[in-house]
Amino acid sequence: MIDWLWTMTDKSQPVDHGKGETRRDFLYVATATFGTLGAAFAAWPLIDVMNPSAEVRALSSTEVDLAPIAEGQRITIKWRGRPVFIDRRTPERIRAAESVDLDALIDPQPDSARTQRPEWLVVVGVCTHLGCIPLGQKATDPWGEYGGWFCPCHGSHYDTSGRIRKGPAPKNLEVPPYEFLDDSTVLIG
Amino acid sequence: MSERTWNNRLIKWVDDRLPVFTILKNELIDYPTPKNLSYWWNFGSLAGVMLVIMTVTGIFLAMHYTPHVDLAFVSVERIMRDVNYGWLLRYIHLNGGSAFFLVVYIHLFRGLYYGSYKSPREVLWWLGLIILILMMATAFMGYVLPWGQMSFWAATVITSLFTAIPFVGETITTWLWGGFTVGNPTLNRFYSLHYLLPFVIFAVVFLHMLALHTSKSNNPLGIDVKGPQDTLPFHPYYTVKDLLGLGVLLAILMGFVFFAPNFFGEPENYIPADPFLTPAHIVPEWYFLPFYAILRAVPDIWFIPAKLAGLMAMAASLLILFALPWLDTSKVRSARFRPIYKQVFWILVVDCIVLGWAGANPPEGIYLIVGRIATAYYFFHFLILMPLLGFMERPHPLPESISEPVVKGAGAVAGGAAAEPMEKAR
Repeated sequence: MIDWLWTMTDKSQPVDHGKGETRRDFLYVATATFGTLGAAFAAWPLIDVMNPSAEVRALSSTEVDLAPIAEGQRITIKWRGRPVFIDRRTPERIRAAESVDLDALIDPQPDSARTQRPEWLVVVGVCTHLGCIPLGQKATDPWGEYGGWFCPCHGSHYDTSGRIRKGPAPKNLEVPPYEFLDDSTVLIG
Repeated sequence: MSERTWNNRLIKWVDDRLPVFTILKNELIDYPTPKNLSYWWNFGSLAGVMLVIMTVTGIFLAMHYTPHVDLAFVSVERIMRDVNYGWLLRYIHLNGGSAFFLVVYIHLFRGLYYGSYKSPREVLWWLGLIILILMMATAFMGYVLPWGQMSFWAATVITSLFTAIPFVGETITTWLWGGFTVGNPTLNRFYSLHYLLPFVIFAVVFLHMLALHTSKSNNPLGIDVKGPQDTLPFHPYYTVKDLLGLGVLLAILMGFVFFAPNFFGEPENYIPADPFLTPAHIVPEWYFLPFYAILRAVPDIWFIPAKLAGLMAMAASLLILFALPWLDTSKVRSARFRPIYKQVFWILVVDCIVLGWAGANPPEGIYLIVGRIATAYYFFHFLILMPLLGFMERPHPLPESISEPVVKGAGAVAGGAAAEPMEKAR
């Protein structure tokens, strides 16, 4: 059987074995390609097994009752294991957020693009620098130079719209996907 | 000498089929070692002993540890209070990490001073650097396991570095975490990898030894061995020298274990991890401080944001060492014969200590300025000074042989006769 295969191969080959592309070269390349592709496909489950599992992904939305929040009060809720800051902003805070010259911002974004209703600011409470939790949720916390939040790790200052104003963080606090189910309930995620 | 046959018939029978005894004899007993090695050459074997100590204590700690966010902290406290000698194993493991890094850093700077990275030892040097990087990964993941506040926030800050990678950063970070934050999946995989990596280190250490025994040890003079008159058998001359060093190291290590077990620790790490409360001041373990300083020193560079630039600088500070055999243009290995490099070397040592000091403090005011200058100097040393010195420096004349400065008038020829009595005395 093997002999027959070799014979067949040899007969069908050009005579000059030394140069040019031979059928054997093709077989080498085909085998290597097939093997590499196979290994890549086999590796994918090993890679994907480290991604968030179904039960982690399932925790990806949270409903929040806004009724008990007083004006000027900030609350923290947990979404996907991370804190989400909800700020019922006072008119002064809204004015401060809206009156900023966009050119003065590190990550320019108007306040209107970051809120659905000006009274309610909803942002992920994770510093965009290296993932620390900024301070400012309590009245006794330092709120930073712009009246928003202050990250104690490396000194990033956020304004009343959660935008980065000073410090090493490259981006504004992330606005999570959310919608108002009614006037006093918001669904985050 | 390797032709000698074994007297014991059982040993001979095994050795004929699996030459372990011959290999051990050649590599650990007869192995020709330059006869002028100083105590700075202890640190390789000391690092090997530390690896064994860390692995052994770690295996027994793992029998009592639970890798779950709700139980990890408690299980570590149980090890401390309830498990027989659990406190001892944990404190040895905890302080052993610091000892391991101390020994390895001295070993590395020994190599820098005596030019041990130069031809023909480039691959030996690379393997050492790979061991260092693997050690860093292992130590970082091990620090996360007790699930205290520093564990959690160190894990958050360091893994968040990967978000700086353009386009795929977020995806990679989520993949590393196995969730949307550092959480239970992260703790589990860190535990798995913390157990795995030491065995990978053992494998690379084996290659490191293979490369060492191929090119043989460098020595304080940095010149090649000319013949048997320049060497001594490894046993008993260096086994006994290494054992003395080991005694000193163990005395220091156990001194910390028994009298100041939390000297290198952070009190904050005895508070259980709280994902909603960041400690005011996050610092890594001392052995990461210089790298942490470099990470935070770099500002925005042109279009590269500071976060990415810092990550790149930190990676470069390690990767640059791989190119050192070619960045150093001097033909002379040992700093003993390089009058300028000898001084520049100590400036680099001071620079690394200054970086550590900057890394231990918040990145503002004077600390940030000092951190930036020290970072710039670090790269200046390797990228500018090392290549230039090879051309500008005039080295002192090298001795004829290793024996010559030791035995007066003993050159390459007479050295054999001079060294012979010692060989015979054995």
